[in-house]
Amino acid sequence: MSTATFKKSSLVSGQAPRWLPVAVGAGALILGAALAALVGFGIALWAVFAGVLFVLAGPAAVGAIEGRRKGVDAFARYLVYGAFLLALIPLVSVVWTVLSRGLPGLDLNMLLTSMGGVTGATDNAAAAGETPVYGGAYHAIVGTLVVTFWATLMSVPVGLLTAIFLVEYSGGRVSGAIARIITFLVDVMTGIPSIVAGLFAAALFVQIFDDPSMRMGFIASVALSVLMIPTVVRNAEEMLRIVPNELREASYALGVRKWRTITKVVIPTAISGISSGVTLAIARVIGETAPILVTAGFVTTINANAFSGWMTTLPTYIYYQIITPTSPTNPGISEGRAWSAALILIVIVMVLNLIARLIAKVFAPKTGR
Amino acid sequence: MTQTAPTKPEMGEEPEDRPAAPGPSAGPAGSPKQDATFSGLALAASLVILVVLAGVALFLCLQAWPVVGAPADEFYGGEGFLSYIWPLVAGTLIAAAIALVIATPIGVGVALYISHYAPRRLAKPVGYVIDLLAAIPSIIFGAWGASVLAPRVVPLYDWLAQYLGFLPIFAGPASATGKTILTASVVLGIMILPIITSMSREIFQQTPVLQQEAALGLGATRWEMVRMTVFPFARAGIISSVMLGLGRALGETMAVTLVLSGGPFNPSLIQSGNQTVASEIALNFPEAYGFRMNELIAAGLVLFLITLVVNMLARLIVNRYKEFSGANS
Repeated sequence: MSTATFKKSSLVSGQAPRWLPVAVGAGALILGAALAALVGFGIALWAVFAGVLFVLAGPAAVGAIEGRRKGVDAFARYLVYGAFLLALIPLVSVVWTVLSRGLPGLDLNMLLTSMGGVTGATDNAAAAGETPVYGGAYHAIVGTLVVTFWATLMSVPVGLLTAIFLVEYSGGRVSGAIARIITFLVDVMTGIPSIVAGLFAAALFVQIFDDPSMRMGFIASVALSVLMIPTVVRNAEEMLRIVPNELREASYALGVRKWRTITKVVIPTAISGISSGVTLAIARVIGETAPILVTAGFVTTINANAFSGWMTTLPTYIYYQIITPTSPTNPGISEGRAWSAALILIVIVMVLNLIARLIAKVFAPKTGR
Repeated sequence: MTQTAPTKPEMGEEPEDRPAAPGPSAGPAGSPKQDATFSGLALAASLVILVVLAGVALFLCLQAWPVVGAPADEFYGGEGFLSYIWPLVAGTLIAAAIALVIATPIGVGVALYISHYAPRRLAKPVGYVIDLLAAIPSIIFGAWGASVLAPRVVPLYDWLAQYLGFLPIFAGPASATGKTILTASVVLGIMILPIITSMSREIFQQTPVLQQEAALGLGATRWEMVRMTVFPFARAGIISSVMLGLGRALGETMAVTLVLSGGPFNPSLIQSGNQTVASEIALNFPEAYGFRMNELIAAGLVLFLITLVVNMLARLIVNRYKEFSGANS
């Protein structure tokens, strides 16, 4: 630090030089490597040591040059940046794992066939290289779509009408009190653990049909809609609230009744936000595993009827392929299927998220400019 | 969420729309009777929510009822419901607590990065990226934790057992597969991180700009500004976001089911053993019948009550501070 390479100026005198982080970083890398070598070298260990050294030494250097307060400030800054980088690690790792393990097994066979007729012997033959890998996730994809469809069909009307009640009809004293209670309950409902929602649906249908082993796709849909309704309500409520009051008043002034105003003016104005909220809610429940596990059972064949017979969805397919491999001696084949199914699931969820953003952007109401 | 506020609506739009959109039977303006029907429908829909929540409590209670007064040796383990449920509750609380310890500082740090540290152009994409973390289904986190994370942490656990083994929580020998409650907690921490981040971020961004500029104008460094203006303003919001994260961590199922190789209660975090309520249900319910099923539903009821209390507390904190801080989320 003896020779400053930049031009001395009174404005930056007493400040740490700009190359300081780079220098400290290089030093931390070298020292970290040395320390890691002492304990037993490993890339992960090296990264950890270097990171810790960097976060400690950088602010210390700044503090020595610029004073304690600036040192503390630098320490906080390094920690905040560090937290962000740390949070990226699992995301990158998960996406990389799913892509690298799921892509090789993702073919038409995976997409268009079910697990019907696929046994341990088939998998053993595939592992020995005698036959291609048979069996896919078609039945699970169908199950996912059917279960989610029924859940959406139940949740959207209830959620949307509730939001309308909360925004448009909560003016009076009694209805205002009801609205406050409902808002609180919706908040509570947001926090219901997914497994409890599944148990509720299971318990409900056991009670109704008086059959303890009652399992079908529709029960799973009921469980999912318990999870979906609060999301829909909150999103729709937010969107209805930002519809300007002038629009409603203009409509009333023309003699249009309230319900007509809501269906013809308020909802069309907010429709982009509402539909993107619904899409996000679908994306949230489509990956749920636990409620399906306790309500829909598990099959290896195609069943598109939600009202009779057991049903498999993508998440439960992944779960059972991992927990109970088709061929216990060659679990790798089943694991490969699980990762391919995981890839399909992630793609579906991401596409839904993208669609939601697109809807919100493309169909956003014209602002009149 | 997307905020698409139509700021200047066109006033002349409505009458032109009207002739094109009459209802099938009524005039375009509707009748008072239809008005009443529609508001009744809206009210009914909101009552459905009340009924559903009451139904959740009612049917869980109904199906859990046989557990009350059943002889102790009928229970799994043979020693009554309490001794069946307490290790599960303990495991749930331990896993959630560790997850919180991991996720809170990092979550708040990331939120701070997005709201006050990141370059403005970067802040929005970074927010999306963190939201992506929230969009990944829990089963995939579970599979990742079991097959990628667990083998990687084994050396760390060996080290902990060797040097910190005198602490009961790190008592060795460490699990050779890494499928322990500590690993499960790390995965849970990753899963609740986006919840804490997105809520804290929203509140950080609402901190009054005047206060922040005043602090900077008085010569505060950025960190001093954050400590003096942002944190006091957002305290309630941070607490409630952490509570919501806790609620999620308590109820999360699949990540624990896949990552943890469960067993009876074990104070050591780096050995296999322990189990959470949610994971116990998911593992056993598909094959359960008869009394075992009632027992598992009773366990679910316990979980429901715990998360209910946590979530209500979180909401109460938010609502109490709402008027002062504008932290409404």
